[in-house]
Amino acid sequence: MDFWKVGFLGLLCAASVFATGAVELGRHQPTERISGSAGDVLEDDPVGRLKVFVYELPSKYNKKILQKDPRCLTHMFAAEIFMHRFLLSSPVRTLNPEEADWFYTPVYTTCDLTPNGLPLPFKSPRMMRSAIQLISSNWPYWNRTEGADHFFVTPHDFGACFHYQEEKAIERGILPLLQRATLVQTFGQRNHVCLKEGSITIPPYAPPQKMHAHLIPDKTPRSIFVYFRGLFYDVGNDPEGGYYARGARAAVWENFKNNPLFDISTEHPTTYYEDMQRAVFCLCPLGWAPWSPRLVEAVIFGCIPVIIADDIVLPFADAIPWEEIGVFVDEKDVPQLDTILTSIPPEVILRKQRLLANPSMKQAMLFPQPAQPGDAFHQVLNGLARKLPHEKSVFLKAGEKVLNWTAGPVGDLKPW
Amino acid sequence: MKLSALQQSYLTRRANSFRGSAQLDSSGDAAVKSPAAIFWLVIHGVCCLISLVLGFRFSRLVFFFLFSANLYTAPFRGGAEVAAPLDVPPPANRTVASRVVVGRHGIRIRPWPHPDPVEVMKAHSIIERVQREQRTLFGVKNPRTVIAVTPTYVRTFQTLHLTGVMHALMVVPYDLVWIVVEAGGVTNETASIIAKSGLRTIHVGFSQRMPNSWEARHKLESRMRLQALRIVSKEKLDGVVVFADDSNMHSMELFDEAQNVKWIGAVSVGILLHSEEPSAMVQREEEGVSVPVQGPACNATDKFVGWHTFNSLLYTGRSAVYVDDRAPVLPRKLEWSGFVLNSRLVWKDVDGKPEWVKDLDALGGVDEEIESPLSLLKSSSVVEPLGNCGRQVLLWWLRVEARTDSKFPSRWIIDPPLDITIPSKRTPWPDAPPELPSNEKVLIGTQEQTNKPSTRTKTPRSRRSRSKRKHDTKVIGVQVSTKSEQN
Repeated sequence: MDFWKVGFLGLLCAASVFATGAVELGRHQPTERISGSAGDVLEDDPVGRLKVFVYELPSKYNKKILQKDPRCLTHMFAAEIFMHRFLLSSPVRTLNPEEADWFYTPVYTTCDLTPNGLPLPFKSPRMMRSAIQLISSNWPYWNRTEGADHFFVTPHDFGACFHYQEEKAIERGILPLLQRATLVQTFGQRNHVCLKEGSITIPPYAPPQKMHAHLIPDKTPRSIFVYFRGLFYDVGNDPEGGYYARGARAAVWENFKNNPLFDISTEHPTTYYEDMQRAVFCLCPLGWAPWSPRLVEAVIFGCIPVIIADDIVLPFADAIPWEEIGVFVDEKDVPQLDTILTSIPPEVILRKQRLLANPSMKQAMLFPQPAQPGDAFHQVLNGLARKLPHEKSVFLKAGEKVLNWTAGPVGDLKPW
Repeated sequence: MKLSALQQSYLTRRANSFRGSAQLDSSGDAAVKSPAAIFWLVIHGVCCLISLVLGFRFSRLVFFFLFSANLYTAPFRGGAEVAAPLDVPPPANRTVASRVVVGRHGIRIRPWPHPDPVEVMKAHSIIERVQREQRTLFGVKNPRTVIAVTPTYVRTFQTLHLTGVMHALMVVPYDLVWIVVEAGGVTNETASIIAKSGLRTIHVGFSQRMPNSWEARHKLESRMRLQALRIVSKEKLDGVVVFADDSNMHSMELFDEAQNVKWIGAVSVGILLHSEEPSAMVQREEEGVSVPVQGPACNATDKFVGWHTFNSLLYTGRSAVYVDDRAPVLPRKLEWSGFVLNSRLVWKDVDGKPEWVKDLDALGGVDEEIESPLSLLKSSSVVEPLGNCGRQVLLWWLRVEARTDSKFPSRWIIDPPLDITIPSKRTPWPDAPPELPSNEKVLIGTQEQTNKPSTRTKTPRSRRSRSKRKHDTKVIGVQVSTKSEQN
């Protein structure tokens, strides 16, 4: 009798499990699970897998800068500020530095804005250096590893190279003091000086409430084939053309301005977000730097991103299989863009749209306030957790020094 | 101009690239102007003047010749600067060479940057597939067949109106059955029009001919629609009945909303009264009347409470009585086209019919006037308001007809072809003078022949045309009169 009872109970449990599974599938648009090279990790919960200690820096490094210019909260580099706020109230934060796996330094290096709103990176190296000097003299943890278990958020154009012009950025290279630290940055390009091994690439900040306020009904048919709004020539900085975007944006314009399938122009329509939801493909070409907020917008609005940037490293590349979600076009193939896009089989396109519709995919691209599970903050923490445990070699023996504190351009050594 | 533009762009570029470093670097040693600085300044000025004269930045040539040995890390530099020769930076020690190179790149343009028609068709098929998927996912689940009911009769504007409805029905993404009821019996004229649709059609005739007054015409149309409903009942057609009058304009959202109807729904109809005399127009504007809308009315909580009907008092005495009057044609209080029915309402002997519906056979006696499908109901409170509770206007009602004595060629095919004679001062025709040929009327008729041309140049031309016709009736000729004849 007992055997039958147990069997019956087992059957009931199995039935309930299957029932819930079936119900879950049938509700919304069928989506596919997203698993990148690191596995099915988008929905991992970092709480309990790592501990982060947040240094208390004087407010001249963070609060005062923000007070001087509150525009920093809305521009595309706002991730550094929101990351700080998230960590202060997150369960992974620990007040005991002895048990911390990672150390975070809240210094807002991308908040010195021109009247137009573009950040000037000229004081950033000195600011970063001054912050590191502070933490190395007030706490022993920097010197313990020379920064190997510290991470910094450097969302500027070329990351920790701290310059907006690529040649200058390459000349400077990554700040020598950050040689051993982990950088969380938006810039990512393979075999580039400014992308360090082991960096975590994040998406640029895009305002979540603004985007969600412009959602249109799902059943609105997608009738635009290719959509793009933005500059093709940067007449102010590159009047002769060929420099900006390595000539790729200009090539898009010259080849497809007469093509009715391509809805491309330099206008700034108020219906930009709505139009993206009515398009099948959205172009995300490089500009002065290879990354752009267009990728985030395309993912949120379900428009397949067409990425035109050679060797680019996209956000959370180990967690998100971008090859399956977006279309990658080499810059040299831009003149054949229409052939490339029309020759994609419709099943592949529908699959990409299903992957984009996955809510965890959309959530991973956003920095919502307050933080929600699965969002970009959590993906950063997951990325940091995947790098644990630290190798024994990062802990330096007494007296061992690796970093050269006087390396770099002379101007950087001035105190900030 | 070009020179100054070049200079300006050069200066701004330098300004942009050096704006920061200038601040940093010059802050330290701005105090003393060393001889080296003055020397470089002088050289800079001389070079600028030479560039100005020559018209291009000759510094590139100079540096090319002087430093050609060093020139290699060209990808790094976009163009030599004149004043301070930059130290050529040592090539970065990189283990893996990046294939992406910084610097000026060419803008690749293919030889024929225009769309290829085959690819355009492929793109459209991709879009169509994507939209079909969207409809499956987000549109109506289990869409029902749409049964469109159109009463019509043969007249001049029939092709115009019926083609409009036909095109709308052809684009509807659901299965469709089109019931066309024709007054005066089935004719080839109507059959040829609806055959072009490719839809499933049921074309039946109604023995009575369409009368000439709007009153009688509305009555007859109601009876024709009831006849169509009888067909629906007999054939047991399953779906949603939409009354698509042939001169109305339908939006695609109407058919989407119709899918949501449970038993009987009402939509808002915009009433288009065709234009009147200007004097009447002015008075109308003073009253502030916009397009009147007929349809269900809802209260603030989206509950159906009543009807917006057409107020014909505004138009008393000014409305059309006969079909070809030039006055505005008024609709009834509630038009048939504003209602959508579940076809099962008219079926006989079927379970699940609600008890508030009357039997179809009980209606439609010769004397009874069925103004709207509401007569089918015992109480009108069961009507479902569609289109966001009547806030969306989903179709527009219009009645426009030509004069009753107007004639048109059968199936709008001109056979035999006409002789067109147009006077022109000189050949060839494209150089014809702007004034149109005077009094030239070409009346097309099934039985009538082409009208005689105007009196002025009558004699010579008619003689010519008549003689021409004798020889060759099929030729359409452009008769040209020479200048002397005109004078």
